[in-house]
Amino acid sequence: MSEIAIAAEAPARIFRRRRIGLVPWLPAVVLVTLIAVGVLAPLIAPYPPLQGSLGDKLLPPAWLAGGSWSHPLGTDLLGRDILSRVFYGARTSLGVAALAVLVSGTIGTTIGLIAGYFGGTLDAFLMRLTDVALSLPLILVAIVLVAALGASFANVVLVIVLLLWPRYARQIRGETLALRERDFVALARIANCSHFRIIRRHILPNVVPTLLVLVTLQSGYVVLLESTLSFLGAGIPPSTPAWGLMISEGRTVIETAWWVVVWPGLAIVALVLSGNLLGDWLRDRLDPTLSRTR
Amino acid sequence: MSRFIVGRALQSLLSLFVVSLVVFYAARLTGDPTVLMLSEMATKEEAAQLRAHLGLDKPITTQYALFLKQAAQGDLGESTRYHRPVTDVLTARFPASLQLGSVAIVISILIALPIGVYSAVHRGTALDVAGRLFAVLGQSLPLFWLGLILILIFAVWFGWLPAAGRGGPANFILPAVTMGWATTPAIMRLTRSSMLEVLESEYVKLARIKGLPEWKVVWKHALKNALLPVVTFSVLLFAEMIAGAIVTETVFAWPGVGQLLISSVNTRDFPMVQATVLLLASLFVLGNFGVDVLYAWLNPKIRYAR
Repeated sequence: MSEIAIAAEAPARIFRRRRIGLVPWLPAVVLVTLIAVGVLAPLIAPYPPLQGSLGDKLLPPAWLAGGSWSHPLGTDLLGRDILSRVFYGARTSLGVAALAVLVSGTIGTTIGLIAGYFGGTLDAFLMRLTDVALSLPLILVAIVLVAALGASFANVVLVIVLLLWPRYARQIRGETLALRERDFVALARIANCSHFRIIRRHILPNVVPTLLVLVTLQSGYVVLLESTLSFLGAGIPPSTPAWGLMISEGRTVIETAWWVVVWPGLAIVALVLSGNLLGDWLRDRLDPTLSRTR
Repeated sequence: MSRFIVGRALQSLLSLFVVSLVVFYAARLTGDPTVLMLSEMATKEEAAQLRAHLGLDKPITTQYALFLKQAAQGDLGESTRYHRPVTDVLTARFPASLQLGSVAIVISILIALPIGVYSAVHRGTALDVAGRLFAVLGQSLPLFWLGLILILIFAVWFGWLPAAGRGGPANFILPAVTMGWATTPAIMRLTRSSMLEVLESEYVKLARIKGLPEWKVVWKHALKNALLPVVTFSVLLFAEMIAGAIVTETVFAWPGVGQLLISSVNTRDFPMVQATVLLLASLFVLGNFGVDVLYAWLNPKIRYAR
C-alpha cells in the first residue's frame, strides 16, 4: 500500500457534495503563497537567514511580553529571525520537492512508458526492478544513504529520487499498457509512425492527467520526507534554513521557547496539507480510476 | 495461489538482499570509524592494528561476503561503540520498541474504530466530514513535530505527563499517541469502508427488520463482521509503524531500536547500523509479504493481476 493509496480518498468529494467550495481554492492559494514566499524570500525576508546576534537570542513573538515587531515571530537560539528563516525554509523545502519530483517523475515516466509500450522481457525486467525498489523500507534506506553520502541538499534530492521513481514507473506503465491497445495507437502504427513518435505524440499526452495527480501528491510527501530526514540529522546540513532542521534545533529549548519549534512545523503542515487536498481534488477530477487502483 | 506466494517470497528475499547490500556499502561510505574510536594521540600503527582487528583492511567485497556468511550464522559483529555483540544490544533494546509499538497500535485502533464506525453510519454528516478531514490532516502532520507539540502541551505547559524516557505507564502515553498517529488515518478509512459494506448486507437488514435497536445493529452485529479485515490489516501496518518508531523514539528519547539506529548512524557504528537496519527491514519486508498474501487470499483478482 503506497501513501497514494492510503491518501485520503474523499475530502474533495465531500466538499463537492456539501458545496462548501473550499477545495481547491484554499489549498491552491496557500500553495501559491508559499511558493511565492520561497521564490521571493531574499526580497521579502526582513533579515538574511544566517544573520543573528546572541544579544537577541530567543526573543518571543511580537505580541508576547518581551517581544518586538522587529522580530514578529521571535528569534532562535542564535538570535536569528524566525520569520526570515521560515521564508527561506520554504525555498529549501520547495527546492528539494521540485527537483526531486521533477527528476524522479521524468525517470519513472520514461521507464513506465518504455516498459508498458514494448512489453515482453524488457517490461518484465523493469517491473521486477520496480517491485524490489517499491518494497524497500523507504525511510530506513533514506537515512542510511544520506548519512553515508553526507548531509547536503544534492544528496537529499538524489536519495529521494532514487526511492521515488518506481511509483511513477508503476503507474505510468499500467496506463501505457491500456493505451497501447487503443485504436489511435494502432492507426498511428499503420501510418508508419516510429515507436518514439507514437510514445511521445500519442501516449504521453494521455498519461499527463495521471502524472499531474502523482506529482501533486508526491510533492507533499517529499516535503514530509525531507523535513523528517533533516530533523533526524540525515538531511539538509545544519545552519541551512530548513524547517525540519529548525525544529530539531528548537527541541533543546522547547521548555522555554515554544516558538522556535511551532512556526516551522506549521509551515510544513500548511504546505503538505495543501498539496494533499489539491492532489485528492485533482485525482477525483482528472482520473477517477486512480483512487480505486493504487 | 502457491505460485503467487512463492513469487512474492522470492521478491521479498531479493529486497532483503538489496537492503543488506545498500546498508553494507553505505555504512562504509560514512567514514573511518577508527578515527572516532582512537584517542588523538594514537599512532598510525595503532590505527592500522585496530583496522586489521575490525577487518577493515580487507577488500570490501571480501568484507561483504564475510558479513553475509556470519550474518547467516547469527553473528552480526561487535558494536564499535558498546564493545558488545550487536545482537546483544539489539535484543536488549527490542522489547522497549515492541512495547511502545503494541501500545501505539492499541491506542490507534481505539481512536480510529469509533470514528470510522460513526463516519460510516452517519455518512455525509458534518461529523463524517470532520472525521475524514482529520484523516487528511493525520497524513499531513510531520510525526516529529506532533511529538514535540504534545510534549509542549502536556509536559511543559500542563505538566501532566513526562516528556521523555521509559519509566512508568505515564511515560507511554505521549510517544504511543504520536506513533499511533501514523496508523490512525489508515485504520479509520479501512473501518469506514468495511462498515459501509457490511451495513449493506442482508443480515444487517434482517436485524433491523427484527426490530433490534439501531445501536445494537451497528455496534454488535455489523461491527463484529466489519472488524475482521480491520484488525488483520491494522496489525500489519508495519511500514508506518517502523517509520513512526524511528522518529518517535528519537523525539521521546525512548530506549528502543529506532533511537539506536539514529544514534548509531551519528556515531558511525557500522555493525550496529547494519544489524538494526537489517532487523527493521526484515520486519518491514515480512509485514508487506503478509499483507500481500492476505490481500491475494481475500481477493483472487490480485493473484492473477501480475
